[in-house]
Amino acid sequence: MSEANITPVLMPKWGLSMSEGVLVDWLVDEGAEINVGDEIMEVETDKIASAVEAADPGVLRRRVGDAGETYPVRALLGVLAPPEVSDDDIDAYIAAYEVPVDEDDDEGAAAAYEFAETAVGRLRYASRGDDGPALVLIHGFGGDLDNWLFNIDALAERARVYAFDLPGHGQSVKAIEDPGLAGLASALQAFLDTVELDSAHLVGHSMGAAVAARLACDAPERVQSLTLIAAAGLGPEINADYIDGFVGAESRRELKPVLFNLFADSELVNRSMVDDLLKYKRIDGVQEALSSLAAELFPGGTQSAQLAADIDASGLNTLVIWGSGDAVIPAAHAQALGNAAIEIIDGAGHMVQMEKASAVNALILEHIG
Amino acid sequence: MARNLSMKDAINEALDQEMSRDPTVIVMGEDIVGGSGSPGEDDAWGGVLGVTKGLYAKHGDRLMDTPLSESAYIGAAIGASTCGLRPVAELMFLDFMGVCFDQIFNQAAKFRYMFGGKAETPVTIRAMVGAGFRAAAQHSQMLTPLFTHIPGLKVVCPSNAYDAKGLLIQSIRDNDPVIFCEHKALYASETDVPEESYTVPFGEANIVREGSDATIVCYGLMVHRASEAAETLAGEGIQCEIVDLRTLSPIDTDSVVESVENTGRLVCVDEANPRCSIAADIAATVSQEAFSSLKAAPQMVTAPHTPVPFSPALEDLYIPSAEAIADAVRKTMAP
Repeated sequence: MSEANITPVLMPKWGLSMSEGVLVDWLVDEGAEINVGDEIMEVETDKIASAVEAADPGVLRRRVGDAGETYPVRALLGVLAPPEVSDDDIDAYIAAYEVPVDEDDDEGAAAAYEFAETAVGRLRYASRGDDGPALVLIHGFGGDLDNWLFNIDALAERARVYAFDLPGHGQSVKAIEDPGLAGLASALQAFLDTVELDSAHLVGHSMGAAVAARLACDAPERVQSLTLIAAAGLGPEINADYIDGFVGAESRRELKPVLFNLFADSELVNRSMVDDLLKYKRIDGVQEALSSLAAELFPGGTQSAQLAADIDASGLNTLVIWGSGDAVIPAAHAQALGNAAIEIIDGAGHMVQMEKASAVNALILEHIG
Repeated sequence: MARNLSMKDAINEALDQEMSRDPTVIVMGEDIVGGSGSPGEDDAWGGVLGVTKGLYAKHGDRLMDTPLSESAYIGAAIGASTCGLRPVAELMFLDFMGVCFDQIFNQAAKFRYMFGGKAETPVTIRAMVGAGFRAAAQHSQMLTPLFTHIPGLKVVCPSNAYDAKGLLIQSIRDNDPVIFCEHKALYASETDVPEESYTVPFGEANIVREGSDATIVCYGLMVHRASEAAETLAGEGIQCEIVDLRTLSPIDTDSVVESVENTGRLVCVDEANPRCSIAADIAATVSQEAFSSLKAAPQMVTAPHTPVPFSPALEDLYIPSAEAIADAVRKTMAP
């Protein structure tokens, strides 16, 4: 048997609550030579639609999944194998494949999230991975830990990954005692304390990158490295239409065009994403939290925090990742850092960690070593 | 955090949280504490179907059992609302509203207008609506169109637990009289509901399902029947968009028109009787606003123009079914 040469293409698991997805369409034909990172199929869940990038190289010998059909997470959708593997072996592999049973599924999505009682209040988080270096993911303004839904499981293969909701966000406490960068950085520190991490590699997106950088300057002993994705805090301006539009939007009709700013591919903004964000914005306390953060950090399309010099001075190992088509914070801000590795990814917008997840995951894993 | 909650528990939680947040919120109605003579302990009823169960233990005398006199206590609630309280009055069955129409139609609905905007009437009147409960003609009506007809009243009818909590909190915080209609058949239906307080704004429909072939406009229990129909039709290659109105006054005409402009076909579903119904209103509005987008005549699926029958077999036939909705959509698709 040459099963060792056969690599399955599976229905991905995006996010903690995903149990099934629709294989919208294949993007490659049978017989195609696949390289890591190639977009091979389009998958849609009730939360999001995205292209799936190949995690392994090989020839796509067989499409098992049919376009338009719904499959459970980790169902076999295709088979990669070198040309010398016989069709009989591939048939046998497909016949023998069983969707693995996920012990977590019985407990449902709720069990996937945990809550930490911290010095700044209750914070929701998710943790993945058993060993390896500690990695903490910090989302941006108006986001939550599900902004990392294409990253957390992939990173957890080589790290202990924590993603949490900042105060005022997601399902964490909505009141922010000190609604500025210092307050959010102390929330990050309180989270590290509660989950008992003396130090960690920090990966921040947008405002979360500024939070990570601020902690690195305030308490360098807690930070092993920085990965700053589409970072705030490095340049003078930010898209005021986005910030003010996000804070001010009260309806689906108002919010949807604002969200187009986040992605290079505006098709990613679907009804479910808009509805989920509106549900978040309508929770008591959220509007106050967002307004006060926006006024403090991003007044009138400017950025009040300027951290580039401090980051350089910290001497921390720093990686900067940006989508070339970022319409919220320009990718040119990456150049403010003198001592960082800079990676600009084409065809991605502000949510580069979602739009080009494989590339971002690979860069982060390489960076933390 | 969010968890699964029934619509009944979501309504209870909304009342509990608003009573905790705002000391001017009071709750009154028949048997809403524990029934006559009950101390309101754990065995108390908490309303005819237990929606307010447990609130008396937490909020004490801010919940009041009233006499069986709707005209008296609905009038009292409306009066109290003009004097600084935010009463939530439970009227048990919307059908009973008939004995206090003057208080609602002529008083509550008119104060803001007749006193030049100086008077506010932040009262919420909760009542059960809808058939299917084997409770015959006087306890089963969908009288939403009656209240929607009156300027000065806001009319809400949620289809699920999430909306019920957010819309009830919005109703209590709103400074105008709100008729909050709870479908009995939905009390047990569960959805994800955040623990925290939140609002769902009035006048914003929910797009429950997206589709490009036909628009089904509905509210309350009918959202579930429409979803069943849409599932069946999807198997036939017909993609339906479902617009859950959530509030009937104010009404989100924009979302309805926008949807029909995309699909070109309209089916209006209403559990109310057909004449002067929400369905008729939507059909007329769309015919006027989006006539050139329509590829077929709008269809209405409603209860018949009869009282709700007591015979279970007839009552089941009376309520618009998923099959009837699917047939109406097919009719709009016919060449």
